[in-house]
Amino acid sequence: MATASSPAVLADATRDETSLSRFLHGLPGVDQVGVEARAASLGTRSIKKAAKLWAIDTAISMVDLTTLEGADTRGKVRSLAAKARRPDPDRPDTPPVAAVCVYPDMAATAVEALQGTGIGVASVATAFPSGRSSREVKLTDVRLAVEAGAAEVDMVIDRGAFLEGRYGHVFDEIRAVKQACGDAHLKVILETGELATYDNVRRASWLGLLAGGDFIKTSTGKVSPAATLPVTHVMLQAVRDWYDATGELRGVKPAGGIRSTKDALRYLVAVHEVAGEEWLTPELFRFGASSLLGDLVLQRRTQHDGHYSGPDYVAVD
Amino acid sequence: MSDRVSVAKTYKLYIDGKFPRSESGRTYPVTDAEGGFLANASHASRKDVRDAVSAARKAFGGWSGATAYNRGQVLYRVAEVLEGRREQFAAEVAACEGVPTADAMCTVDAAVDRWVWYAGWTDKIASVLGAANPVAGPYFSFTVPEPTGVVGVLAPQSSSLLGLVSVLAPVVATGCTAVVVSSADRPLPAITLSEVLATSDVPGGVVNVLTGRADELGPWLASHADVNAIDPTGASAESRVDIAQQASGTVKRVLTVPGDEPDWTRRPDISRLRRYLEAKTVWHPKGT
Repeated sequence: MATASSPAVLADATRDETSLSRFLHGLPGVDQVGVEARAASLGTRSIKKAAKLWAIDTAISMVDLTTLEGADTRGKVRSLAAKARRPDPDRPDTPPVAAVCVYPDMAATAVEALQGTGIGVASVATAFPSGRSSREVKLTDVRLAVEAGAAEVDMVIDRGAFLEGRYGHVFDEIRAVKQACGDAHLKVILETGELATYDNVRRASWLGLLAGGDFIKTSTGKVSPAATLPVTHVMLQAVRDWYDATGELRGVKPAGGIRSTKDALRYLVAVHEVAGEEWLTPELFRFGASSLLGDLVLQRRTQHDGHYSGPDYVAVD
Repeated sequence: MSDRVSVAKTYKLYIDGKFPRSESGRTYPVTDAEGGFLANASHASRKDVRDAVSAARKAFGGWSGATAYNRGQVLYRVAEVLEGRREQFAAEVAACEGVPTADAMCTVDAAVDRWVWYAGWTDKIASVLGAANPVAGPYFSFTVPEPTGVVGVLAPQSSSLLGLVSVLAPVVATGCTAVVVSSADRPLPAITLSEVLATSDVPGGVVNVLTGRADELGPWLASHADVNAIDPTGASAESRVDIAQQASGTVKRVLTVPGDEPDWTRRPDISRLRRYLEAKTVWHPKGT
């Protein structure tokens, strides 16, 4: 990969739509059987005792605590913010989460509730989750989120355009959103469940990175399948290759369907093995999840107390 | 013609309506009263306890929420299937406990009757333990019994079927869900009972049967914060002290049981049902 994507090649790739298309289709194909087998075999790795405790605390600090429901209320966002600050109030040494992820109209409430905590507010935007609207509406959506104080913007790519092969359109849109974000970090949601093949996931990952996404994110959580280990492997390979080519560190965020501590640990193993140790930080790896935090807290207690805990003692939702 | 070589079985656990191997991969040989080989049984570990408890917790909502009448029907169905397997149970009880087949048959019949007896209580116990309380004010005040939750049952070590049924049936009759650790040396009737439960209408997870050592698994059940009550019948005297201490950490109900195994053929009473029920009192304004 490193030879195929030297800085000169990357600069050439974004010259126009044709060269972009040529670059993306010139990426090596993903070995489907290989990546699935590797993901499965890494998933069996046993993490115990001190390493497990470290991994649980790291995973908690990587959670983007998410609520993206039509029924979201300001009260729910405030209580989510309280949970983000102190995931386990009885154990004050539990680390806070990385960010709270909400819809743009709830961003201001979340920002107010998290003032001075160091926890970021992420807002989805660009006609989330389908992304089916005009660019003008999408950019207005982004501005709404940024003006409300969101430090991170989670955009969705136009999957329709991507699947039609209009890569230039998708590229320009990400660029425009990045510009509208200003200082806010941009996470590019590929919605891998709609991309059909691992090759497409690799192309979309590179497209997101070329266009300036700070993070590439698997899914909206509204489409099944959401995040899977093999897909995350492919995306982690992309950010590692990007780092080899440019020296820039970009992040990955699997989202949707990660509910148990066991799942989270499998992802952390994948991060360590595929991308590398420097990605094991909330700046470069996040979990988009709503119910994962409860299980992490539960397992953290089990590790500290030496006996199994239960949902009577921890708010599991 | 030479004698046929019988198939030596390796039985598995019963968790969440399925028959998985022990997470630990351990098995142990089960012998009859004379020491002859009968079968291999899975030797459950603490992680099997963990899985069984989460299955029991998952099943609790549906089972405790079912109407008492429906629970009674399901338990009657279990008794029917038990009855259908009389010969198999009798053979296993005879082999495990070393009693004549005729005695074993009597034990099996007593076990079926015991199951039916508890099945009959499902929709009657509320009238016996509940109350309409006379109160000094314009209110109705009701006390209704509600199931405690997930119950850990360390089944009796000697009475492999009648004893097991006598400690398990009251748990499920009240609407609680159970994690049972069977008799270690005589697990076959418990394994066959789990096959009966799997093929009657009992939802998966309501009863989970682990074969293994009560003294090894008891403390894990007792310390587990998601277990609400524990019956230490099958544990040794030393282990019972440990279980009581572990259980105190999460205010678990620990059944007071006699030091030696009681005579299971004696007529039961509702004391076991009472131990797995909690009283909820409701006040409702009158005449508005």
